Amino acid sequence: MITAEQKPLKEIIEYISPYDRILLVGCNECVTVCAAGGRKEVGLLASALNLHSLKQGRTIDIKEITLERQCDPEYVEELVSEIDRADAILSMACGCGVQTIAERYKEKPVFPAVNTKFMGASQSQGIWVERCQGCGDCLLGITGGICPVARCSKHLLNGPCGGTSDGKCEIAPDVDCAWCLIWERLKALGMEKRYEEIMEAKDFRPAGGGGPRKIIREDLSL
Amino acid sequence: MKTQSRLEKVLASGALAVTSEVGPPRGAIPEKVKEKASLIKDHVDAINVTDNQTAMVRMSSWAAGVIIKQMGLDPILQMVTRDRNRLAMQSDIIGAYSMGINTMMCLSGDHVKFGDHPMANGVFDLDSIQLVQAVRKMRDEGKFQGGADIKSPPKMFIGAAANPFADPFELRVMRLAKKIKAGADFIQTQCIFNLDKFEKYMEMVCDRGLDEQVHLLAGITPMKSAGMARYMKNKVPGMDVPDDVIKRMEGVSKEEQPEEGIKIAIESIERLKKVKGVHGFHIMAIEWEEKVPQIVEKAGLFPRPVV
Amino acid sequence: MENFEPEIVAFCCHYCAYTAADMAGSKRIAYPPNVKIIRVPCTGKVDAIHIMKAFEKGADGVYVAGCLEGDCHFKNGNTRAKYRVEQVQKYLTDLGWEKDRVAMINMSAGMGEFFASTALEFTQNIKQLGPSPIKHFNTDGHQTAVS
Ligand code: SF4
Ligand code: SF4
Repeated sequence: MITAEQKPLKEIIEYISPYDRILLVGCNECVTVCAAGGRKEVGLLASALNLHSLKQGRTIDIKEITLERQCDPEYVEELVSEIDRADAILSMACGCGVQTIAERYKEKPVFPAVNTKFMGASQSQGIWVERCQGCGDCLLGITGGICPVARCSKHLLNGPCGGTSDGKCEIAPDVDCAWCLIWERLKALGMEKRYEEIMEAKDFRPAGGGGPRKIIREDLSL
Repeated sequence: MKTQSRLEKVLASGALAVTSEVGPPRGAIPEKVKEKASLIKDHVDAINVTDNQTAMVRMSSWAAGVIIKQMGLDPILQMVTRDRNRLAMQSDIIGAYSMGINTMMCLSGDHVKFGDHPMANGVFDLDSIQLVQAVRKMRDEGKFQGGADIKSPPKMFIGAAANPFADPFELRVMRLAKKIKAGADFIQTQCIFNLDKFEKYMEMVCDRGLDEQVHLLAGITPMKSAGMARYMKNKVPGMDVPDDVIKRMEGVSKEEQPEEGIKIAIESIERLKKVKGVHGFHIMAIEWEEKVPQIVEKAGLFPRPVV
Repeated sequence: MENFEPEIVAFCCHYCAYTAADMAGSKRIAYPPNVKIIRVPCTGKVDAIHIMKAFEKGADGVYVAGCLEGDCHFKNGNTRAKYRVEQVQKYLTDLGWEKDRVAMINMSAGMGEFFASTALEFTQNIKQLGPSPIKHFNTDGHQTAVS
C-alpha cells in the first residue's frame, strides 16, 4: 500500500489560515490502514484545527468527509454537494487523492494534510517499511522475492557492496542489507548459481525515466 | 596487450606491480595534486586518483588525473557510480582517455550519507559491475550503452575493487568472479590486516582458477597509531583489523607507533609476496603519502621496472 | 483566576478507577466536584478523539484512569490508552497548549483514597494552569463558539 504521515500541524494551519470553511477529506484505503488519513484521523485533525481557531478567537467551519477511494473520480464526485459550501479543501489522502480532487474541482484550492512516503508493507503493528519503488519491470522473480531497487541503499543490482557487515547495510546498523537477504534466500531456495549471473544495467524507462507513466487497458476502458 | 596502460605492461612482464593513491584537494589547488604525486612518483607504477572520496566534494578525479598525467606519470582514474549516470560516466571516460588517461577503477562509492552532502541524491544508475561492463563494451566492442558505435573508442585498462573481508565471506569469491566475468583486468583489494583470512580467500580464488584471469593487487595501509587501528576496526564498514594487530600497536610508545605501523605494512608485503595469485600491491597511505617510498624500498619493491 | 473552578473530565475504567471512585463515595472520602466521571468499559475504549472532543466542548483538563500496568482486564487496553494520551499531548503541544492538561493515571479498584487524592491533585494542577485557552469563548461544540 501507499504509506503516509500527517504533516506538522503548523504547516497545515498555515495553508488553511485564509479560509473559514474547510472541506476536510479523508480516504478509506491505504491512508486508513496506515492511520494517516482515515475517518479517525480526519476527526482528530478537525478537532485540533477547531481548538486552534477557537484559541485564536475565531471559528472555522470544518466539514468532515471520508471517501471510499480518493484517487477515483467516481468517489471524488461525491464531494459535489459539499463543494460550494467550502472555501478550500484539505485532503488527507496520498498525493494521488489530492490530485484527483484538484483536477475535478478546479476552482477550489486543495491542500495536502499528509506527506506521502512510500510503497510499503506493514512489518508489525504501527511499523511500515518500504518494499517497492514501482520500477515497472519487477525483478523479484530472480532476486528471491527481495527487492534490491527499494531495499538496497544504493539500488545495486549486483550487490552486496563492500560495506555490509553482519548482514546490515553500511548506512545504519538497524537497516538490513538487501543483498545479504537476497543471498540467504537464494541459498535457502537452492539457487546459489543464480547469484553469479550478472544483472545487466537497468532500463529506467519503465521506472519513470521515460516520463509520467500510464497504463491503458483497452479491454476495460470505454 | 589490450591497452597502452603502463600498469598493464608491468603486470604482463610478471613483475609485482605497485600502485598508490592521491586524494584530490577540496579546492582549486592544482599544486596540491602535484605535491602529493611527486612524493610517490618514483616508487609506483600508477597512481589512483580518488573520486569524491568518502562522498565529499573534491577536485574531479579526471582533472586531477590530467594534472598527474602532465607530470609524465600514470594516473588511474577512479570512478564511482554514485555521482553520475551512464551518460556522464561514458563522456568522462572519453574525455579522460582523450587527455591520455588509459587506466581506471570502477566503483560504486560510499553512500552519500557518509559525506558532507547527505542531502544529495545518490545516482547509482549503474553499479560497479555494470560500469566494468560498460567500459569493456566501449573498449572491446566500440559501443556506447545505448548501442551506437563510438568513433575512436577509449581503450581503458579496467580495474575493480574487492573486499575479501566483508560479509558474507562465502560470497566474496563469487563476487570477484562476477567482476572478472564483467571484464575487470585488475583488482585492488581493501586494506588487508587479517592476513590469515586473506590467505584463505586467495586459496579459494586460486581454486577457481581466478588468479589466471585477473591481476590482483593486495591493499596495504600503514597505521599511524593504535587509535587509528581501533578506529578502523570499529568504525569503518567492512574492515577487519585483528586484535593482535591492535595489541602490537598498543605495545609500543606513542612516538614509536608510526614506525611500528610501517613495520607491520612491510612485513605484510613480504608475507603476501609469496601468496599465489597476488600480482602486486596497492598502498593506501591515507594522508601519509611521504611514507610510501620507504615502504616500497624496505619491502624490496624498488626500483620499479622500466616498461 | 482566584475563584476559577476548572471543568475536568475523567474517563474511568469500569474495572478499577470507576469502582475506586465508588468506594471513595461510600467511604465518604471527598474529592473535588470539578471532576466529571465518564465510565468506560476499558480505557482502551477511550480514543484520542474523545479526549479532543472534551477539550473542544470546553474541558480545562482531561484524564484517563485505568488499571495498574499489566492488570488490564482486556490485556493491554490501558497501554493503548497511555499511547493515546501521549498522542493528544503531542497535539496540544503543537497547538501551543499545555500538555499537562491531559494525563494518564493508573490505579486498582481498591484504591478509593488514591482516587480521591489524584482527583484533587489533578484539579489543583489544572487550577494552576488556568482556564482552557478557548474558555473565553462560550463554546458549545465545534461549530458554534461565540464570544
Ligand atoms: S523490482 Fe521493481 S517492481 Fe519489483 S518490488 Fe522492486 S521496485 Fe517494485
Ligand atoms: S550494504 Fe547492502 S543494502 Fe547497503 S548499500 Fe551495500 S549492498 Fe546495498
